[in-house]
Amino acid sequence: MSETLLKVSGLTMRFGGLLAVDQVEFDVRRDEVFAIIGPNGAGKTTVFNCVGGFYKPTTGEILMDGKAITGMPSHKVARHGLVRTFQNVRLFKNLTVLENLMVAQHTLMETGLLQGLLKLPSFRHSETEAKKRAVQWLDFMGIREYANREAGNLAYGHQRRLEIARCMITQPRLLMLDEPAAGLNPQEKRDLQSLIDQLRREFGVAVLLIEHDMSLVMGVSDRILVMEHGKPITTGLPDEVRADPRVIKAYLGE
Amino acid sequence: MNQNLKNAAIASLLAGVIIAPVYGLQILRRGQETYLQPEWKMILGGMLAVFVIQLVNAWLRQRRAGKVAAPSRFRIPAISDKLRHRAIMVLVLFALAWPFFTGRAQVDIATLVLIYVMLGLGLNIVVGFAGLLDLGFVGFYATGAYTYALLYHWAGWGFWEALPLAGLVSAFFGFILGFPVLRLRGDYLAIVTLGFGEIIRLLLINLNEFTGGPDGISGIPKPSFFGYQMVRRSMDGTPTFHELMGWSFNSQDVVIYLYLMALVLVLFTLYFTSRLIRMPIGRAWEALREDEIACRSLGLNPRNIKLSAFTMGAMFAGFGGAFFAARQGLVNPESFTFIESALILAIVVLGGMGSQLGVILAAVLLTVIPEIAREFAEYRMLIFGLVMVVMMVWRPQGLLPVKRPQVELES
Repeated sequence: MSETLLKVSGLTMRFGGLLAVDQVEFDVRRDEVFAIIGPNGAGKTTVFNCVGGFYKPTTGEILMDGKAITGMPSHKVARHGLVRTFQNVRLFKNLTVLENLMVAQHTLMETGLLQGLLKLPSFRHSETEAKKRAVQWLDFMGIREYANREAGNLAYGHQRRLEIARCMITQPRLLMLDEPAAGLNPQEKRDLQSLIDQLRREFGVAVLLIEHDMSLVMGVSDRILVMEHGKPITTGLPDEVRADPRVIKAYLGE
Repeated sequence: MNQNLKNAAIASLLAGVIIAPVYGLQILRRGQETYLQPEWKMILGGMLAVFVIQLVNAWLRQRRAGKVAAPSRFRIPAISDKLRHRAIMVLVLFALAWPFFTGRAQVDIATLVLIYVMLGLGLNIVVGFAGLLDLGFVGFYATGAYTYALLYHWAGWGFWEALPLAGLVSAFFGFILGFPVLRLRGDYLAIVTLGFGEIIRLLLINLNEFTGGPDGISGIPKPSFFGYQMVRRSMDGTPTFHELMGWSFNSQDVVIYLYLMALVLVLFTLYFTSRLIRMPIGRAWEALREDEIACRSLGLNPRNIKLSAFTMGAMFAGFGGAFFAARQGLVNPESFTFIESALILAIVVLGGMGSQLGVILAAVLLTVIPEIAREFAEYRMLIFGLVMVVMMVWRPQGLLPVKRPQVELES
């Protein structure tokens, strides 16, 4: 078993004349929190979309656990254990919180049509199991009391947590968080930081993170990739990155 | 108050302007000459009516505004699971007893209602749950009807052998249509499905040799009762149903039998669909309706989910179609025009997207009202349109909106 879980090399994404991502390379190790930072428009989300299968990269290779997933449709990528959240939360708003977590287990549940139609014991069993897992995650996130509420009616911070729970319930190996702290208050940001730590420790999931909130990034990440104008500037430990003059220049100008 | 008077006066003046040319001027013909005669009674009466209604309306609105936080006008309490089960039980019992207390005409209408319930429940999967706007649903209905008609005509199949195949063939057509429309959403999807419905109809008209063209196929037998035919005299000498029972032949019995068959099919559909929406596949349909990208990010394959919705919906249309063919004894392309699609869609929307009880209620309303109001047959579409507009304004969520949680967490 190699140390590297996700390996991205030579990733380039071109939209017509715009070079959104240019020769980005990085790798994420198992149980690592890896962050991508950079000013607005640096191409961070585009990298995410390429890795997650939402865009087909122009060139480059993406290896998940040694298997090429480059250009695979997103639902297949998800089945390789890469699951993501979105910059602006994408829950199933009219479904309840519990149902959101049930839907996410779709690929894990193996019930046939007939078993479900006739309500056979095997169907009931798999439903109760799915419900149990959902409740575990609701407890873990501290949102169990809202289980029967429509997801769209939750407070924003809870929606964020539910979205992460919905990812985690698919048992991913790599969790990709796209600006998870956006719109959270300081207390919720601190909770988020401990949540990410806990997820990695207890569930052994690697985390790929895009975030603007520097205190969160510096506090939670093992390594950081800094991007500007679609190009990677540097990769390193938080302290190294913080001290790097090129990074400071990218953020603050000359 | 002054303001209200002014508003009402303006409204009545506008009404006068609109009424005058439409109703207020009678064209009289005397010999060679034609001249217009104003009908003041009509114009002034209309204006007065608008004036009064505007005043009363304003007064009511002010009174209501006075009360603090008046709840919305029509609030039907959300139906709990238990209540829904009971309501369905009562409905079923009522439906079972219906033919034995009413006349032939009523049973006939009720059978029609049941066909629309079946179609409504089928379309409800596609539109209500998966959120795919399908304007060509009638195509699958036609496919089912013609499958039975053609199987009878060319191979002499009976209703019960043809029924499953009618469902399968329609489902297959749903599957086939599913492929090209996978990438489409909303308006584009509606247009493509609309086209599909028309293509089926045109094919049926133009495949003269095979389908009988515009004349269709006639003489389709009614369903048999475990091999015993429901006719006065069987053609091949096998004993008929009334001979088996020792009754004298009564055409009322046939009508009742058809009704009960339809009821069985509806109950089957109802059970099937209400199971489906409580299964993972049903949840996936709803999730897809809410957010396709989120679905993909969780590993759900949108293609399969959409295809399954189309296929399942079409299958029920196929069953409905086969039964329709058996009941009419005759199919022709004229029964499968776009207006049928619109009617079925109206049933789903009126009932409350995704609500099964609502679909049943709406099917009853939309089939029975035109039958009762036969005198106003010319205004049928007008009334239909009016009902839709009123519904959209007052109760856009439908008659009986769904009580959402299909899975609930007991504390």
